[in-house]
Amino acid sequence: MTAVSELEAAYTKYRQDPDFVKEFEQDLRDYVGRPSAMYRCARMSEEYGAEIWFKREDLNHTGAHKINNAIGQALLAKRLGKTRIIAETGAGQHGVATATVAARLGLECVIYMGAEDVVRQMPNVYRMKLLGATVVPVESGTRTLKDALNEAMRDWVTNVDNTFYIIGTAAGMHPYPQMVRDFQSVIGREARAQLLEKTGRLPDAVVACVGGGSNAIGIFHAFLNDASVALYGVEAGGDGVETGRHAAPLTAGRPGVLHGNRTYLMEDQNGQIIGTHSVSAGLDYPGVGPEHSWLKDLGRVSYDAITDAEAMSAFHDVIRLEGIIPALESSHAVAYAKKLAPQLGRDKILLVNLSGRGDKDINTVAKLEGIAL
Amino acid sequence: MSRIAALFDRARASGRKLLVPYITAGDPLARHTVPLMHHLVAGGADMLELGVPFSDPMADGSVIASAHERALAQGVSLRDVLAMVQEFRTQNSHTPVILMGYQNPIEVMGIDPFAAAAAQAGVDGVLTVDLPPEEADISAPTLRAAGLDPIFLLAPTTPPERVKTVAELASGFVYYVSLKGVTGAGHLDTDALAARLAMVRTVCGLPVGVGFGIRDAATAVATAANADAVIIGSALVSLLATIDSSDAEQLTRTAQGFMQDIRNALDRAFPAA
Repeated sequence: MTAVSELEAAYTKYRQDPDFVKEFEQDLRDYVGRPSAMYRCARMSEEYGAEIWFKREDLNHTGAHKINNAIGQALLAKRLGKTRIIAETGAGQHGVATATVAARLGLECVIYMGAEDVVRQMPNVYRMKLLGATVVPVESGTRTLKDALNEAMRDWVTNVDNTFYIIGTAAGMHPYPQMVRDFQSVIGREARAQLLEKTGRLPDAVVACVGGGSNAIGIFHAFLNDASVALYGVEAGGDGVETGRHAAPLTAGRPGVLHGNRTYLMEDQNGQIIGTHSVSAGLDYPGVGPEHSWLKDLGRVSYDAITDAEAMSAFHDVIRLEGIIPALESSHAVAYAKKLAPQLGRDKILLVNLSGRGDKDINTVAKLEGIAL
Repeated sequence: MSRIAALFDRARASGRKLLVPYITAGDPLARHTVPLMHHLVAGGADMLELGVPFSDPMADGSVIASAHERALAQGVSLRDVLAMVQEFRTQNSHTPVILMGYQNPIEVMGIDPFAAAAAQAGVDGVLTVDLPPEEADISAPTLRAAGLDPIFLLAPTTPPERVKTVAELASGFVYYVSLKGVTGAGHLDTDALAARLAMVRTVCGLPVGVGFGIRDAATAVATAANADAVIIGSALVSLLATIDSSDAEQLTRTAQGFMQDIRNALDRAFPAA
């Protein structure tokens, strides 16, 4: 608790510090490659029935939006004099982003990853190792993202003197949800300005996938006060929300307390957290960032779920129509856009946060489709 | 006066160092928990700490986390744990029992129904590991109104002003975590501990129990020099895990013997007046 109080104090100070802000923005530009592109999907618009635009977070260095936050937190770690970085990861995107910034700053790096995810996401495990990180497979609990978070928390309280914990999603204890949102909100700020510049209008709808919810809160944040912009968060429906095999706490869960925040959770009648299922390891989390819970209760954002099968179909649509291999996580958002487009109509702008690229997923997809690589 | 406060008062008057074992309710099997509680008392335990199984025991090391998994595999719930305490109370009305667990099972039951049910079952204190004092403004008074002592952890990193916050909310005793880390960690530094506890005692008048990192008679005695109570969890849980869970007799005998050794060492080192 003392460690998070110190972190809160440091973050409160540095978020307004001109040197910190300048260094963060410079790194986003020169190292990540921001601003990321805003792309009109001509063939997909034709087929889906609305003006589909992608915010291309897949073009960032390391292949997803995760790097935005990893850079911000690593800059904080440096200012706090920490020499060791730890992180949890699900799909491995946050782990790769963290290992990347640790390598760049010359910091020791340990990544906790559920043992099941280590198997599912082999290419990312190797990338982290190449970057000099130690990857620790977590064998406890359900052997997925939540257990990796537990293990990272155990490491942090043990090595708190020299260690900075870079949480990858907008969840966990305060100030993490706020901090991650702030570092990711560059997505929405850019997207809003880019669309205004390119079309002279705001989007009619913005769609993003939600696991812990960092890319979604990142793109939503700039649009929260634009009443005309409908916001949609898309959870992992797995085999279908009605089967119980999913990772959709906002759609089918109840409020509870996990990892230091009060939020919608997947839990049983005794308050035990239950196992999740999704084809996408990055959405496989039984909780969700508390700000999403708040936005759901306010009614500002609509949350719904997309099944594994729908996401897989959208994954192929993006490749076939636009020549982009999207992450399976982002494919959930595209699948929802496909449902939403005909309701909106041809002249309406539907902005999708393409939060990551799918290179990491090709083994998973090949295996699901019975193809030996 | 609560059973816990009365116990510490008597101990302070006599110079006795209190011995508090921890087991996870339902580990290794649910039917062993109440017999284990009785045998721990027979071996010299003054107060019992009962872990409430949770799917995500973040503050626990691998030994106790595994105990939680064994209990959950049998579906042991918070209500089951309360039933165990109630059964224990049919034969023991003097030994305080505190529950140590995580917030979400309580959240699901609701703090008011939980406090009432726990008090009715004969629970004396509640330690919710992931409920910091800053968030306990409703739960701590609710527990106290039901006659339960809210117990809080103090860590080596806790600054004096937070010790003060805890002192205002807590009753019974405060639980000082002897090292940075999770339950079952090694490296206990008794000199650093003495210095830290001196600070705690200037800010907080409650008795101090010390846990995390105490594993045998020697570490118990070294710790007890500065503490009112020593708390032993992982060492006991890992010892019990080596025993065939179908052998109830061997389990209870081992638990009692382990307690007795530490009890004897404490009483030799700190003879009661």
